Amino acid sequence: SSGINAEYGSEMLCKRLLSKTGGLVSSVRHAAHFTYTPQTPPAHLGETTKLNMFQSINNALDIALGSDDSAVLFGEDVAFGGVFRCSLGLQDKYGASRVFNTPLTEQGIIGFGIGAAAAGSTAIAEIQFADYIFPGFDQLVNEAAKYRYRSGNEYDCGRLTVRAPWGAVGHGALYHSQSPEAYFAHTPGLKIVVPRGPIQAKGLLLSCILDNNPCIFFEPKILYRLAAEEVPLGTYTIPLSQAEIVRQGTDVTMIGWGTVVHVLLEVASMAEEQLGVSCEVIDLQTIAPYDAQTIEASVKKTGKAMVVHEAPLTQGFGAEIAARLQEKCFLHLEAPVQRVAGWDTPFPYIYEPFYLPDKWRCLDTVKKLVDFM
Amino acid sequence: MHMYTDTLFGGNGIVGAQVPVGAGIAFGHKYKGDGKVCIALYGDGAANQGQVFEAYNLAALFKVPCLFTCENNHYGMGTSDVRAAANPLYYTRGDAVPGIKMDGMNILAVREFTKAVTDWMRAGNGPVVAEVETYRYYGHSMSDPGTSYRTRDEVQEVRKTKDPITMVRSMMVEGELATEAELKELDGECRKIVDDATKFARESPELDTHEMFNTIYTDMDGSRIRGSDSMTYGIHSP
Repeated sequence: SSGINAEYGSEMLCKRLLSKTGGLVSSVRHAAHFTYTPQTPPAHLGETTKLNMFQSINNALDIALGSDDSAVLFGEDVAFGGVFRCSLGLQDKYGASRVFNTPLTEQGIIGFGIGAAAAGSTAIAEIQFADYIFPGFDQLVNEAAKYRYRSGNEYDCGRLTVRAPWGAVGHGALYHSQSPEAYFAHTPGLKIVVPRGPIQAKGLLLSCILDNNPCIFFEPKILYRLAAEEVPLGTYTIPLSQAEIVRQGTDVTMIGWGTVVHVLLEVASMAEEQLGVSCEVIDLQTIAPYDAQTIEASVKKTGKAMVVHEAPLTQGFGAEIAARLQEKCFLHLEAPVQRVAGWDTPFPYIYEPFYLPDKWRCLDTVKKLVDFM
Repeated sequence: MHMYTDTLFGGNGIVGAQVPVGAGIAFGHKYKGDGKVCIALYGDGAANQGQVFEAYNLAALFKVPCLFTCENNHYGMGTSDVRAAANPLYYTRGDAVPGIKMDGMNILAVREFTKAVTDWMRAGNGPVVAEVETYRYYGHSMSDPGTSYRTRDEVQEVRKTKDPITMVRSMMVEGELATEAELKELDGECRKIVDDATKFARESPELDTHEMFNTIYTDMDGSRIRGSDSMTYGIHSP
């Protein structure tokens, strides 16, 4: 068909099924566009239990509320457990004065959270979907990010953590699929964090809650149930502003965060098998402030880099990384830094399989990098 | 939320976002002097969005013919109206904007009230806030079973005693405006319209992929839309 000069067989991801009432046909996406790679928990963290991502987040919130009397959790529908069950059982355990619903009022939720944090409470605000964070954009960018700076450190809202479900989920369309990290990474004063699975979600969320700066924690919603692994039972944190090399390699550096890390792990295996190319996969984890050192060291080693994210290509966070890499690693580069990202369109509904930076596009980009010279 | 007609300006990403838009559309009607009014619909959940109050204020200051209509079905997804609003009398939330409450389950009441209020607005009296009391039988969305925050008995009670269509049926049969048989035939006709529409939708060919790049802008036809990587691009076309 016209319009795309490269097409991929993503139709295979859509299946039709006949309902039990007979005759009714509906199209449901049964396959995710990636395979989840469970992580191995660090041995020194001791006893583990199998948890999916909403359970590990629930666990982190439970630990935060249990260890800090000033901690409060609030947002839309959190009392009954939340739309994704992240706050299940927490109101029963800690009471309605600490875990409570707010009305539908994102600007109010974040402003209120800033105030609570400034008054000395560990405020954990939930925004029901990252797509709805925009009424609170002013509060985050102009108030939360700048409170410490404008008051000469006399005031701050460092005890604020904002959590929101993030990213493509298979059927989310325009307003349940967005990845808005780039808007916030552009604002000094905020920390932006995205976990790739349950182990990271628990450790990184606890770090955000403990961190004395306002943090936004984006939770890849497609991983809430799909991602399950052995998660350490105890309290542990994963440091912010530290990237993790999830797979060692020598030929190509692949940088991503959240769901896309699993796409990249799959592509790395495919590249090894089909092309004999060894890929290094880096999970950025903290988008801002990001760990430039780790990614620069990797790119200096491989000479070939690609950044992958679901957000649209233009002005996505990959643009910042690409600019930095070409600046710092220019003489080491064997090919221009590549970005594989969403299209420059609103996040589409039926076109989601075409929109996402899937493993086929990523593999083609590996080939392009390797064939450049 | 996903339908558009020449008089229905469609749905919005975040509930409540349509309310200031409605005030603006009403301003347009007043400016053009076309005698039309705008009905801006939102739910009891959205009624607590800040921008709704900004819209009330703007509409009152500029005296625009906007009927702000809160469809109060008593639940904002999983939170009941009385737990989301310090003042759950949604028709009073317009403050300086006069408010009126309608029984949304009574079709005739809604029709008569709306006629009277829109006539009043057309006479240049400015905006009105209407609260239309109704109910939601199912959950808010596919991931909401609708029973974790209310009892099944409550839902069935409303269905039995207050259903608007059942009410109209009884009115018409008792008032000898129609027989049961005629109403049953009407039911059948309606079912056929829905079945035909469903069939049409299912049998229609899927949209071509080039539609993904259309209607992002209005004057960018022929230009390239950056793609998922440096090798792919789309062409913006009407």
